[in-house]
Amino acid sequence: MDLNMQVLVVDDFVQMRRILRDVLKQIGFRNIADAEDGLAAIRVLKKQKIELILADWNMPNMTGLELLKAVRNDESLKSIPFVMVTAEAQESAVLEAVQAGATNYIVKPFTASTVEEKLKDIFDRPAPRKPRPEGRGRGEL
Amino acid sequence: MDVMLINPFINATLNVLETMAFIKARAGKPYLKNDHMASGDVSGVIGLIGEVSGTISCSFTEKSILAIVSNMLGEEMKEMNDEIKDAVGEIANMISGQARRELEEMGRPLEAAIPTVIMGKNHSITHMTISPIMAIPFSTEHGEFTIEVCFEE
Repeated sequence: MDLNMQVLVVDDFVQMRRILRDVLKQIGFRNIADAEDGLAAIRVLKKQKIELILADWNMPNMTGLELLKAVRNDESLKSIPFVMVTAEAQESAVLEAVQAGATNYIVKPFTASTVEEKLKDIFDRPAPRKPRPEGRGRGEL
Repeated sequence: MDVMLINPFINATLNVLETMAFIKARAGKPYLKNDHMASGDVSGVIGLIGEVSGTISCSFTEKSILAIVSNMLGEEMKEMNDEIKDAVGEIANMISGQARRELEEMGRPLEAAIPTVIMGKNHSITHMTISPIMAIPFSTEHGEFTIEVCFEE
């Protein structure tokens, strides 16, 4: 996993953006941009080269799912790994995101180790794996 | 109200606080609540729609929510402000999401609305239905909070 890659964090909750930034920094990422909703994310994607997107699902103006579909329908953006980071924990939501092209799925609440594991799933493991919901029961996700 | 609907919200609350704020909460004995007065100083309310519809709320005392958000952000929060309101909405969202997954696994899928947050001393919480309100008190070393669950009969 290249820790110099450009990461975009998208969440309408400013503190969650901060929490995710802190977690990504803790993992070792150095280049982190953020946006408050899907529309703002599109503006960032048009301006700078982004190599990984972590986006919330429920946001005003443009949801994470709408952003995901827009990214997957854009020739220049479609190959960017897209991780949904959301409180929508049901299997049906995970399926919907995967069908729309999500690369992986992180359920809030999350720990730093969950985020790291999910990102390693994308970048460090040769065989593609299907996203799976996590966080069953109490404690560690 | 079907008591099977309550446990997922207790499990979700314990999980969310432990994972995001590193706070171990203890659930007390659930009781029927007869009024709409909030037990805390800030409350998040979410409407739920499905085979049965209802609302859940989480109501935090000032002391407890300041400690919870301080832990979540790794920075000491000293006053009740918009950041605290936003955090309560996000906590309510996460509790709702976790609980709805457990309910979906039980064959009781529910959709959730966007949370509403009310802040201030002696505010009231309006649940979507007129059914009995089940309140679950929680205690932490930083103070108390209460989850209310109300589903139509």
